[in-house]
Amino acid sequence: MATETVTHEHDEDLLKPDWSGGGEPFKASYGKLMMWYFLLSDAFTFAGFLIAYGSLRFSMPTWPVPDHVFQTHPFSFFPDSWQELPLIFVTIMSFLLIVSSVTMVRAVQEGHRENKSGVAFWMLMTIFGGLGFLGCQAWEWTNLIKTEGMTITKNPFSNHSEAGTYLSGDELLAAGFTAHEVTGDDDHSHAGDHGDGHHHHGMTTYYLAPGVTDDIAKNRFWVKEDHHGHVLAGESFDENQPYLITKHSGNPNYQFGAYKTADGNTITKEQFGPKAFGALFFFITGFHGFHVFSGVVFLLIIMINVMSGIYVKRRNGYEMVEKIGLYWHFVDLVWVFVFLVFYLL
Amino acid sequence: MSEVLVKNYDTEKLIKESGYDDHFHEHHHGDKYQSNFIMTYIFSMDHKIIARQFLITGMIWALIGAAMSIIFRLQLGFPDSNMAWLKPLLGKWINMDNGVGTLDPNFYYALVTMHGTIIVFMVLTAGLSGTFSNLLIPLQLGARDMASPFMNMLSYWFFFLSSVIMFYSLFIATGPFSGGWTGYPPLSALPQASDGSGAGATLWIVSLVFFVVSVLLGGVNYITTVLNLRTKGMSLWRMPLTIWAFFITAIIGLLSFPVLASAFFLLTFDRSLGTSFFLNEIVIKGQILDYAGGSPILFQHLFWFLGHPEVYIIILPAMGLTSEVLSVHARKPIFGYRAMVISILAIAFLSFIVWAHHMFMAGVNPFISNIFVIFTLIIAVPSAVKVFNWITTLYGGNIRLNTPMLFAIGFVSLFISGGLTGIFLGNSAIDIQLHDTYFVIAHFHIVMGVAAFFGMFAGIYHWYPKMFGRFMNETLGKIHFWGTMIGAYAIFWPMHYTGLAGVPRRYYKFDIFDAFGQFTELNMFITVSAAIVFGLQVLFVINFFRSIWFGRKVKSINPWGANTLEWTTPIHAGHGNWPGNLPTVHRWAYDYGKDGYEFIPQHVPVSEDESEVH
Repeated sequence: MATETVTHEHDEDLLKPDWSGGGEPFKASYGKLMMWYFLLSDAFTFAGFLIAYGSLRFSMPTWPVPDHVFQTHPFSFFPDSWQELPLIFVTIMSFLLIVSSVTMVRAVQEGHRENKSGVAFWMLMTIFGGLGFLGCQAWEWTNLIKTEGMTITKNPFSNHSEAGTYLSGDELLAAGFTAHEVTGDDDHSHAGDHGDGHHHHGMTTYYLAPGVTDDIAKNRFWVKEDHHGHVLAGESFDENQPYLITKHSGNPNYQFGAYKTADGNTITKEQFGPKAFGALFFFITGFHGFHVFSGVVFLLIIMINVMSGIYVKRRNGYEMVEKIGLYWHFVDLVWVFVFLVFYLL
Repeated sequence: MSEVLVKNYDTEKLIKESGYDDHFHEHHHGDKYQSNFIMTYIFSMDHKIIARQFLITGMIWALIGAAMSIIFRLQLGFPDSNMAWLKPLLGKWINMDNGVGTLDPNFYYALVTMHGTIIVFMVLTAGLSGTFSNLLIPLQLGARDMASPFMNMLSYWFFFLSSVIMFYSLFIATGPFSGGWTGYPPLSALPQASDGSGAGATLWIVSLVFFVVSVLLGGVNYITTVLNLRTKGMSLWRMPLTIWAFFITAIIGLLSFPVLASAFFLLTFDRSLGTSFFLNEIVIKGQILDYAGGSPILFQHLFWFLGHPEVYIIILPAMGLTSEVLSVHARKPIFGYRAMVISILAIAFLSFIVWAHHMFMAGVNPFISNIFVIFTLIIAVPSAVKVFNWITTLYGGNIRLNTPMLFAIGFVSLFISGGLTGIFLGNSAIDIQLHDTYFVIAHFHIVMGVAAFFGMFAGIYHWYPKMFGRFMNETLGKIHFWGTMIGAYAIFWPMHYTGLAGVPRRYYKFDIFDAFGQFTELNMFITVSAAIVFGLQVLFVINFFRSIWFGRKVKSINPWGANTLEWTTPIHAGHGNWPGNLPTVHRWAYDYGKDGYEFIPQHVPVSEDESEVH
């Protein structure tokens, strides 16, 4: 508690330290502070979701491997050997969003220079970035729902190993599995409780685990093929590691998991991966996407205001642009975390 | 004692000559938003009006919430009596059998659920913090209004919308939500789980989501106003303890309410889109439901991450009001000002890392429980610092035993009584016996229910002259205080014994438990006490509204001889609070009895011969 004397009670002295009232601490206007506090609270909303994600994920024995879930892309001009490139599409999405942050920085910078057309141009670029991201997300969701069969209540990506590996038929044979063939219709009739009218024609190979002689539907394992009929090869099959072995034809019912225990041959089956994966993915990326969408709408409104010149009249250095910039960078930052937990871990 | 000196100063002259000219009134010719009745009193953006809106809405909710408790207390005190006389009020929730009316058990659960929700959120969060943060932050800091008056208005109207939805849910055919105010799944997550889990729960969730929006709009405003809009000289360490309390409360709310919103969003998905965030394998009425892998405990974690800070959101403003009222009416500086501030900060910090003490019996890992036990018990330290400082403030004071002071002292008493039982409950081993018993009910009603109400009453009686330019009736106020003080202990003290004997909360009746038969008369006593206390609160409400028109008029701008800036405004402060310049601040808010002067307000410049300046 500093002792002051009368001589200290002059105006200039009272104005000096930001924290003594009559001034703005952080040299930030109240509007910008409010945006910061809103973002702080919004960060806690996302934190709540991500903690729910972590808690549910780590209560599950297994979790889908992102390299396999997110390996499709819509680029038909890629050579055949590039048909499945892990994370390529989400990399492009993320790149668009990050670049839109850079253009946002440029818009704010032009604002400080009082350059009206510069602000509008770079905001437009930012809007394009945001729209590009949203478009990519729309394609990704459509692909996951329509092609892969993942919904908010169903996760077709069954148990995967931590290493994200699948078994090829050859490797199954090498691991002691025995190969059998069945017609599509026949195997469907035994495929489990979920048969519901999806038909597969032609001969399909399935495998029985080592030591399993009882050839019934629940003991059969199917090798994963991608949409182009490629068998995914080059995996190992370690003890205590769950694997997905599936005939993947867009029908999530044809999926089985294999699990090799320490004594070498006990196998269990799982038809579906943890439900929480699909639910959390659509919920959290959806909530983030909604933030991006709102951001685009606000950017649009503020860009129109910029062009109308009302910020020139206010003479506060395009503060609205700075505020929406804070929001936009925050949404980008959140994406970094969403990207981390869903696509990388 | 030597004679008490009176500091000579002229507020009007001081503000005019040494005040700070922010050119406010030059910019606001015509004062657009106070031009007609609707803009002045309904869609007002003036913080003083918004404070009154929060207060009166909160009072209406308090009456509804308290009346609900009387109805279920009747059931608990007189389980075999004929409730047919309540039929006109409760309609189909009174089951008639041969002319004998009984309370519908489902509705009993709805009543306890709504009582908790209403009192915790609508009254003690919005009604308490909303009222006094709005009223006092700009006035005590020397600000014209909140940082964003428009958002401040929205904050009230989102609360109003939330209130309307919650109120509406009381009248739907399946009844309001009945799964407990904590809203645990599966009762909250499965619409088919119980009567109240359908439309009632939907409305409950929607209402509380709007409530969160209201709290966030308010909180962002309070924090920004405290940081950016203080008048010249008002450093953080010169702020009255009320402002510190509201400031920290707003920060806690800003960080914890969003997590409640997260939990509600996830819950809504479970309810309507079939996800399994909080639901695992479950069978209802013989039907196996298609949920797998979710965790109801996860909801409890998310809920209590708000839920525990929430109790400090409730009690911190009451603490701030009490500190100020005690100091003013004891004519002494608050003892240990800095320790008081630091203990608020410590409580706020600790409030975020103790939530799982509500979940000791939910099957959490006992090792984790240990950690939460430790942090929970550490909260006793800053709490005790505050209690000792309040008592030391009173010690040797020139105490005026008027109504606000009585309620402030009552707050300290209740906070001690309720706080001590918190030490019992914070121990996970003792909690095995006490969990979900009336001991818990007694604990939290005393420490954050009645105590917070006492802080609120102290605030209302003390700042009533500022809000309405009149005093509340002192005699009625004292009857209100003594009746409520004695009555509150009469209600909740016996519950400690029933709780220790294992009587569980939320039970409709106990007649099949022989062991609890001994408490029949005690339960009657509690119910009668509750009814009397309820009557006294009605008396308070009558006093409140009567005094708006008939109360004794305030003659001087500083009737209590207080130091804070709100008492430098005109008796009926208009828009912008000060007619001319803003007052500048030269000292802390607690120069009572300094150098022989009875009080020296914050805007009085320091004279050459003063001993110590804060």
